[in-house]
Amino acid sequence: MSKPARVLLWTALGAGFAVIYFPLLVVLLNSVNADTTFGWPPKSFTLEWWGRAITNEGALHALWTSVIAGLSATAIALVLGTMAAFALQKYRFFGRNSLSLLVILPIALPGIVTGIALNNAFRTIFGLDLGLMTAIVAHATFCIVVVFNNVVARLRRMGGNLEEASMDLGADGMTTFRLVTFPMLRSALLAGGLLAFALSFDEIIVTTFTLGTGMETLPIWIYNNLFRPNQAPVVNVVAAVLIIVSTVPVYLAQRLSGGDSSSGGRI
Amino acid sequence: MTAVSPPSHRISAFFHRKPKLRLGLLLTAPMLWLGLAYLGALAALFITAFWSTDVFTGKVVTDWSFDNFVTLFSDSVYRTITFRTVGIALLVTVIDAVIAFPMAFAMAKLASPRAQRLLVIMVMTPLWASYLVKAYAWRTLLSGNGVLNWLLNPLGLSGPGYGVTATVITLSYLWLPYMILPIYAGLEKLPTSLVDASGDLGAKSFRTFRSVILPLTFPAIVAGSIFTFSLSLGDYIAVKIVGGTSQMLGNVVYDNIGAANNLPFAATVATVPVVIMLVYLAAVRRTGALDNL
Repeated sequence: MSKPARVLLWTALGAGFAVIYFPLLVVLLNSVNADTTFGWPPKSFTLEWWGRAITNEGALHALWTSVIAGLSATAIALVLGTMAAFALQKYRFFGRNSLSLLVILPIALPGIVTGIALNNAFRTIFGLDLGLMTAIVAHATFCIVVVFNNVVARLRRMGGNLEEASMDLGADGMTTFRLVTFPMLRSALLAGGLLAFALSFDEIIVTTFTLGTGMETLPIWIYNNLFRPNQAPVVNVVAAVLIIVSTVPVYLAQRLSGGDSSSGGRI
Repeated sequence: MTAVSPPSHRISAFFHRKPKLRLGLLLTAPMLWLGLAYLGALAALFITAFWSTDVFTGKVVTDWSFDNFVTLFSDSVYRTITFRTVGIALLVTVIDAVIAFPMAFAMAKLASPRAQRLLVIMVMTPLWASYLVKAYAWRTLLSGNGVLNWLLNPLGLSGPGYGVTATVITLSYLWLPYMILPIYAGLEKLPTSLVDASGDLGAKSFRTFRSVILPLTFPAIVAGSIFTFSLSLGDYIAVKIVGGTSQMLGNVVYDNIGAANNLPFAATVATVPVVIMLVYLAAVRRTGALDNL
């Protein structure tokens, strides 16, 4: 490739990353901006907002709800996503293509559609009151695909040779799964689970329509406080914390998946 | 002496002889969840779109009619919003593809394997930094006394403020990683030898791009576009945060469920992005983009 083309591409990459990270840096900086209206540039700095955020009951309660919802949805998604991945990767059957499309559908359709479809179904078909349970079911529905993708990628790479060898050596299906298949899947499951949790943790649109009234996940708490002027500093700190914390699952998932899922999240 | 196999062995041998049964057991739970619950919910939503709401009691009346669809297509307000939404979604997709391609190319073809891992992590990190945090970041950047005006004012310019432009910028920013990652994955699979061969045969950079690289990575671009397009079509929150007074389809759906308490009409409006997405998915299925997701 010509030198100017290389320089141009590297510049594009650098500029792209600058645009991606600049707004996040501004949020981090604003969390210690002493000015409550966040005029720019900041004139003086303070840690007061951090102190107030750490003791903010609404935010802490919402954080707890988010964690419970995320863990539950991830657990369901791990089971269902893995089952679907085995079925679709190891067997050839009628309707296989439609089924793989069905797994993608909850994230390929706009969140608002998934949200009101489930909201309507919970209330009118199943006669349920919206609560934490309904939000968990909704989250699990779109988390399945993340686990599914990670497991399918790993199964594809593994092939079936080792399992056949295990069976040839006399191990039954259960033993083969326990000693051969599962250990090789473990890191893919962990990566898928982490990404599913992160997806659930960040979800706001579907949550708005499926969580009971009076309950808040962290994104909903942020949204509810976004337009309250006196809450702005606390929202800024929570936002800054989320930016910092979000690096952890990404890093772990990337290490665990061993490059299986070069794409992440919804993909 | 006859060996008696343990029960667990016998059970597993039983299943081993019946692959259809194993498949059935594996499929039952995911199919019940996704097939019945999710597709059922979508079907119910579609049916609701043909019902109406009693003006006085606010209850849903289960009389079938096309009235909601007639309103949707004949009322100029909704027509404008539909075109605006689709326009924004298309624009966001194009902007993201144009920004993402050179970035993904540099990552996949110029960076060392070690740097590649790091760069992928660098793309994914903001992906997981909360949606709201990012939309909110743009609200503060675009605000009257925000960073953008502070940067532009000395040049005699001013930022776009809140409105459609701000919505397009924010949505493009939000979904950019969803475009970079599939294109990167696609380019990574593209053998460098093909690019070299094209050069050896005398093709200039642009010709190689147009005739070799672009056709082979097209499915990856389409895969990315599914997310940028779909996520933009259904968004209503970014619009509320930076969109000023302009609305998108998502806002109409949201307002009809909340304030107006008209679920049937909300359902009708929601069928628009569903139909658009289903047509889009059906169209791109042939490109093999869905296998790239």
